[in-house]
Amino acid sequence: MKIHQLSLFLENQPGQMIEPCRLLAGAGINIRTLSLADTRQFGILRVIVSDWKNAAALLESAGYVVNVTEVVAIEVADRPGGLAELMAILENSGINIEYMYAFPFGRQDRAVLIFRFDQPDAAIERLQAAGVNVVESIDVYNKVS
Amino acid sequence: MTPSRFHPASAPDYLPPAQMKSLQLDRLRGVVQRAFDLVELFRARLDERGLAPADIRGLEDIAKLPFTVKTDLRDTYPFGLFASPIEEVVRLHASSGTTGKPIVVAYTQGDLDVWTSVMVRSLASCGITHGDIVQNAYGYGLFTGGLGAHYGAEALGATVIPISGGNTERQIMVMKDFKVTAICCTPSYFIHLLERAGELGVDVRELPLRAGVFGAEPWTESMRRHIESAGGIRAFDIYGLSEITGPGVAIECCAQKGLHIFEDHFYPEIVDPETGEPLAEGCEGELVITTLSKRAMPMIRYRTRDLTALISGPCPCGRTLRRMRRIGRRSDDMIILRGINVFPSQIEGALLAVEGTLPHYQIVLTRDKGLDQMEVLVEVTPEVFSDQIGALEKLHETLTYALDQTLGVRVAVRLVRPQTIRRSEGKAQRVIDRRNLG
Repeated sequence: MKIHQLSLFLENQPGQMIEPCRLLAGAGINIRTLSLADTRQFGILRVIVSDWKNAAALLESAGYVVNVTEVVAIEVADRPGGLAELMAILENSGINIEYMYAFPFGRQDRAVLIFRFDQPDAAIERLQAAGVNVVESIDVYNKVS
Repeated sequence: MTPSRFHPASAPDYLPPAQMKSLQLDRLRGVVQRAFDLVELFRARLDERGLAPADIRGLEDIAKLPFTVKTDLRDTYPFGLFASPIEEVVRLHASSGTTGKPIVVAYTQGDLDVWTSVMVRSLASCGITHGDIVQNAYGYGLFTGGLGAHYGAEALGATVIPISGGNTERQIMVMKDFKVTAICCTPSYFIHLLERAGELGVDVRELPLRAGVFGAEPWTESMRRHIESAGGIRAFDIYGLSEITGPGVAIECCAQKGLHIFEDHFYPEIVDPETGEPLAEGCEGELVITTLSKRAMPMIRYRTRDLTALISGPCPCGRTLRRMRRIGRRSDDMIILRGINVFPSQIEGALLAVEGTLPHYQIVLTRDKGLDQMEVLVEVTPEVFSDQIGALEKLHETLTYALDQTLGVRVAVRLVRPQTIRRSEGKAQRVIDRRNLG
């Protein structure tokens, strides 16, 4: 149910992105989606890839510090109010969203978002109880649409 | 006065001071004569000063002699300071050296025997004896640490495991399976080993390991406390340098109150690092050593660049050998930043206190509008890396605060990717000074 996301430490300066992209490309690993968080000094590149175990080993052997984090992929209606409805389910639950970003692909009229919750299990339980589709990892790693 | 673990080689540790002085004077006169006769550079320097070996009548006359400095070894690379023909030299070692050519040191069989004897005395001083199983994780090779500790531990009658450095998981397996009781390595490597053991579910405190002999880099009392409590061992500081012999120049005893110098072979002086003037006993200054019995490569008044002070008064362990304070810093490491003296060891202490282990770091000095700036680059390790921006910002803030507090001067901290600080033969170049360029 939870998705393995790789986080990499990068310095905030030109030329930092190309090396990890080349490494993954060379190993035939596809980046399904990513987000880049930045501060003035450094950044964290967060990626969901087709083969996270090999990708992590590859990046580590190239000298990167890699953190594996469990995130949750959730389907949301791709229309005005879609995300607001989803947020309403979590309202007053005390669950915090640490960060989120989206997949470039959707499923017909639905978008897929990645969430990093402080309490992922509680969030999944609540969302599923409300009938929300929490996307299986297999679907996320291997493009289905 | 009988030591608990007596070894015949440790006899000179208990010589009455008067006898020690007389032995030192005999040997000093011998080594000065030998260097004068056989080492061109030394003879030329005595001639320049109108001095002859016969002018050494008492130990205090040593102050008349010229110093030997590290660049002398570079300038005469590789064999220019040898006093023995190569036929009598049975071993060469070389230092890594961060710039240019390494320095080369030579040993006759007699020199190796002396080195082994001081290592025997060193290990015995830490309570290590025959029956101990010693894991020697110093690097074997051109570096003096590996072979120095190896021959000493063997001559002591201990069981030596010549595992050398690296391959931490195998080190842990061997430590556990071979029931190792003592280890020799750098303190930072042992801390790394403790952490890796923890990750593998091995609690080193529950293993038979009881003593560690740590050297080849400066380390702090806070590192000692950490090592002793996390490792369930006693941690001893050993001092040495290749130019003099290698490890075994000085070592702590079970009192852990300073390092006893094997002064029957290595005559210590403390001088003002700026002027070279001898300082009174107890004052901190630069350690200068004269090798009293070295044949292949005698060193007369060698400037170690290490800052320490001699400790007077008897040691609870009963050894009469004079002691020196632990070395935390070197005179050539000192950085003057906006009028404040800063030592890399202070920065290490602060980084270690925050992160628990010492990350690779580099100090970059620049000058901006006439004002000196210091930036400390710190590699982000897997142990401290978090997926949370907030946690990394907090780490950055904590490091900055710790450095401010320790140094008393504002410095900038920059977190950098691992393996991006350039290393020269395993050692990081600690200080980059760009102040003269702009």
